[in-house]
Amino acid sequence: MVNSINTAQYYTMKWFLDLFSSSLGKKLLMSLTGIFLILFLTVHLAGNLQLLKGDGGKSFNIYAEFMGTNPLIQFVSKGNFALILVHIIWAIMLTIKNRESRGAKGYAITNKKSTWASRNMAFLGFLILIFIVIHIQNFYYKAHFGTLPMQVYDGTEIKDLYTEVAFIFSQWWYVAIYTVCMIGLAFHLWHGFTSAFQTLGLNHMKYNPVISFIGKAYAVIVPALFAYIPVKMFFFS
Amino acid sequence: MKITLKVWRQKDSKSKGEFKTYEHSHVSPDMSFLEMLDVLNTELIKKKEEPISFDHDCREGICGMCSLYINGHPHGPLQTTTCQLHMRSFSDGETITIEPWRAKAFPVIKDLVVDRSAFDRIQQAGGYVNVNTGGVPDGNAIPIPKMIADEAFDAATCIGCGACVAACKNASAMLFVGAKVSQFALLPQGKVEAKQRVEKMVAQMDAEGFGACTNTYACEAECPKGIKITNIARMNREYLGAMLTSYKVEVGGGE
Ligand code: HEM
Ligand code: FES
Repeated sequence: MVNSINTAQYYTMKWFLDLFSSSLGKKLLMSLTGIFLILFLTVHLAGNLQLLKGDGGKSFNIYAEFMGTNPLIQFVSKGNFALILVHIIWAIMLTIKNRESRGAKGYAITNKKSTWASRNMAFLGFLILIFIVIHIQNFYYKAHFGTLPMQVYDGTEIKDLYTEVAFIFSQWWYVAIYTVCMIGLAFHLWHGFTSAFQTLGLNHMKYNPVISFIGKAYAVIVPALFAYIPVKMFFFS
Repeated sequence: MKITLKVWRQKDSKSKGEFKTYEHSHVSPDMSFLEMLDVLNTELIKKKEEPISFDHDCREGICGMCSLYINGHPHGPLQTTTCQLHMRSFSDGETITIEPWRAKAFPVIKDLVVDRSAFDRIQQAGGYVNVNTGGVPDGNAIPIPKMIADEAFDAATCIGCGACVAACKNASAMLFVGAKVSQFALLPQGKVEAKQRVEKMVAQMDAEGFGACTNTYACEAECPKGIKITNIARMNREYLGAMLTSYKVEVGGGE
């Protein structure tokens, strides 16, 4: 007789569950989803920058219409939502586990020899989460399920998301929240970008300087450009 | 030198524990930190008070037995072991706070002594090479590049003191396990069992309740032996590779 437990393990790919429930496997998911989110941000930024074209929103609206209707983009977008959820859920699981591991009793004195961003990834992530919620409610939900005014370009009628964006960006408090959250994102990525490579095991003397340079540059430039859009639209339109 | 000590006193693992303050006036700058505690303990014994319990053994920086979280740093302000720390690193009249390592996996046994047997169990899970009996092979018959040998040796200098766990905000043991995985994974003798070794050691590390690394690198900054976080990256790749490709054998011998 074959041992029943071993048979079960053999057929159920238990090792696969073990991998992703281990501390290293959970970190692996954080890293992979984090890198995917970085790619997503890049594409998202490229789209947003069209708001600044000064053509009354024509190119932005056409772009938004394309993104909102193209089946492939829609598929990737659903996947993107799923990966954000994985990133958040695993972040919460890891943060809880790490708090537990530290134990009930803390130190009276601690002199941290680490960067502030690296110690506050959960807080910074939470800031980004607040942003994502407001953001989805204002833009994604409106564009997909809400009612927007229509605009006619070259004979086709499409939703005028630009006017909605311009309206939202004319409220000072919204621009303020947006900017603060982008600063949070910058710190999250300042640590997160290089951290993701370390988690994947990609730490190599020949490539570390390049990864670090690109990571720091990305962490500053991308959130800065994101924040520049509402600030500019608030002051100059 | 005169110093004030704030020391964590705890009767046993079940008691609550608290800080006690001691004025210590017989301190020479040339004393090691542990000698300073020895002198204080002698005074306490003379006064018929319970001496302070702390771990130590070799007192020459190689065994990994000494611990102590001194003024917010494992092994004190220098990147060395507590036994190799001298009182000249402190100033006259200073108040020094001494706490035990804090981590769920390192419960306090008494005063400043914690139970670090979790590290032993991780080692027992796979931190070794199986060597068969027989003639001793010629060392030169297995060529190993000097740089690789050095890297493995650097990893092997980990003395398992637990300062990495003490320093980490997540009480993660990954610097320790990374070093122990690396010292074998880099060498031909260790490669044979590399996959099962990393799988078992990581599983044991998780079972002991250590946290997960968030790459703050506080461990590397505090490690008395300067173990590098490249060892954690190596463990990550070894583990991922092992989990995806290690051999599974159908046990039971068929029907
Ligand atoms: C667009 C948004 C986001 C991007 C681009 C992003 C990116 C990243 C990256 C690259 C990492 C490093 C992974 C690693 O160290 O292996 C990371 C870690 C982390 N993220 Fe995010 N993240 C985003 C949103 C969030 C949100 C919404 C949360 C939480 C609610 C969050 C919480 C965390 C936490 C706690 C970590 C540290 C995990 C660990 O090292 O164990 N992130 N993120
Ligand atoms: S007592 Fe052996 S290393 Fe400090």
